[in-house]
Amino acid sequence: MKNKTSQFKWTRKHLLGLRELSAEEITYILDTAAGFEQISSRAVKKAPPLRGKLVVNLFFEDSTRTRNSFTLAASRLSADVVEFTKKDSSVSKGETLLDTARNLEAMGIDIVVIRHNAGGAPTLLSKYINACVVNAGDGFCEHPTQGLLDVYTIRKRKGSLKGLKIAIVGDIAHSRVARSDMWAMTKLGAEVIFVGPPTLIPPKVDQLPVKVSYSLDEVIEKVDVVNMLRIQFERLGGNPFPSVREYSHYFGLTVERMKRAKPDILVMHPGPINRGLEIESEVADGQNSVILQQVSNGIAVRMAVLFLVNQAAAQTAEVSGTI
Amino acid sequence: MFVHDFANHRDYYNGRRLFQKAKNRVSMLAFRNANCYTLNPTETIMKVLLNAKQIEQILKKLTTRIVADTPDNVEIVIIGIRSRGEIVAQRLAGMLSEKTGTEIPRGTLDITLYRDDLNSPKGNIQPKVRTTEIGFDIDDKIIILVDDVLHTGRSTRAAMDALIDLGRPKAIRLAVLVDRSGREFPIQADYAGYKAKAAPGKKVQVLLKESDGVEQVIVE
Repeated sequence: MKNKTSQFKWTRKHLLGLRELSAEEITYILDTAAGFEQISSRAVKKAPPLRGKLVVNLFFEDSTRTRNSFTLAASRLSADVVEFTKKDSSVSKGETLLDTARNLEAMGIDIVVIRHNAGGAPTLLSKYINACVVNAGDGFCEHPTQGLLDVYTIRKRKGSLKGLKIAIVGDIAHSRVARSDMWAMTKLGAEVIFVGPPTLIPPKVDQLPVKVSYSLDEVIEKVDVVNMLRIQFERLGGNPFPSVREYSHYFGLTVERMKRAKPDILVMHPGPINRGLEIESEVADGQNSVILQQVSNGIAVRMAVLFLVNQAAAQTAEVSGTI
Repeated sequence: MFVHDFANHRDYYNGRRLFQKAKNRVSMLAFRNANCYTLNPTETIMKVLLNAKQIEQILKKLTTRIVADTPDNVEIVIIGIRSRGEIVAQRLAGMLSEKTGTEIPRGTLDITLYRDDLNSPKGNIQPKVRTTEIGFDIDDKIIILVDDVLHTGRSTRAAMDALIDLGRPKAIRLAVLVDRSGREFPIQADYAGYKAKAAPGKKVQVLLKESDGVEQVIVE
């Protein structure tokens, strides 16, 4: 058993999504992340494995949590970090994504962390540049590191995901977190239920490995984990629900609903929280909430991802060098 | 008829060869039990350097020396380098606790992130990051850093860097079960159990019950 895991070799120099990863690969990232966790809690919060490497945060969409988390992760591995956001860059002057990336590459970057409003942008980028590409969220497609930190948090509290029932509640249609969560959780053996009003459940959901429920009351008693998504007002088109109050009444995680849940239910939220809308303050700050652990685990998971893609790049560089 | 005979002859010949091979294997096993064997000059030569009893004796000697060296007013802690150093550390800590009558704190150090070959991996080796488990403060303590084999000194260098990031110990002393030749860094053990001379290409391996099911030190 011990030997089997140590013979596994991580070979991906890009992390584009969780859909293409195997259960073994996901588990390998989580195991690696466990080794990085203690770095954040000790006297010198730094280790040297990415010394002399340059990481670029290429963010075409607003983000504070994810971007800061990646910056922290990279600097705790001793890499240099360049921040690159849409507002203060040439993108607002009309430069294309590939031109921006090629220019950055000319500066000698090793890893690009990219967030983009178009799904597939990280994959496109990975085909044209030599640096490692890490997806920090693309369109409605994937947000792999969030998915990884969610399963890491669950695994840490529950031991394993096998057989767990997990509800992902809210705006599933516009949520890349829901998709990455779904891939990671189902691959590790959990059962995922998408919960939300029909207008916020994506079309063709029957082709995904999930169950769907239109009522939080129906599932709250059965589930081991509930992941509350934020209503992304900036992405909503039309009127998916009559009013915020009505949404909150049917799909908000209230103290009342929590009384009917399993006593050891885990309450998760990818942040930022709209207090009183999808989740009541008492629940968000309550005993069952692991929302802040998610944030600190996020740094360890991102350190593991940056470390692994760099390792894979170093190995492929060796191979091509000998040819 | 002639062809048939020829085939028979070949079968006979192959049979002899296989028989000879099997006989060699048997004698190989016999030699292994006698602690040392060579099959033929082209085969790898494996030699048992230490057996279970000798390992036990060496650890006892190391314990005595560590206790003799440590002043009464300073706290010592044991930290083993993953993965076999961890097991050796576990045993040393047990013996030390028994000898001194006090519980000696023990921790485990993973040095993967501090290795100097991370960005130049050779072949198929990909070190896996594991957890460091040191549940105590190392400031002002004497750390007995434990590994199974001291060879190039690179692991020790990595371990020292990792420890310095955890605090400022009073001293770091190195204890190893086997001290083999081939140093590449200016590092020496304070407590060396068994000194082995091994040619550069040779591999000195410590096999322990907990990780390998057997208990011996071999060179191959």
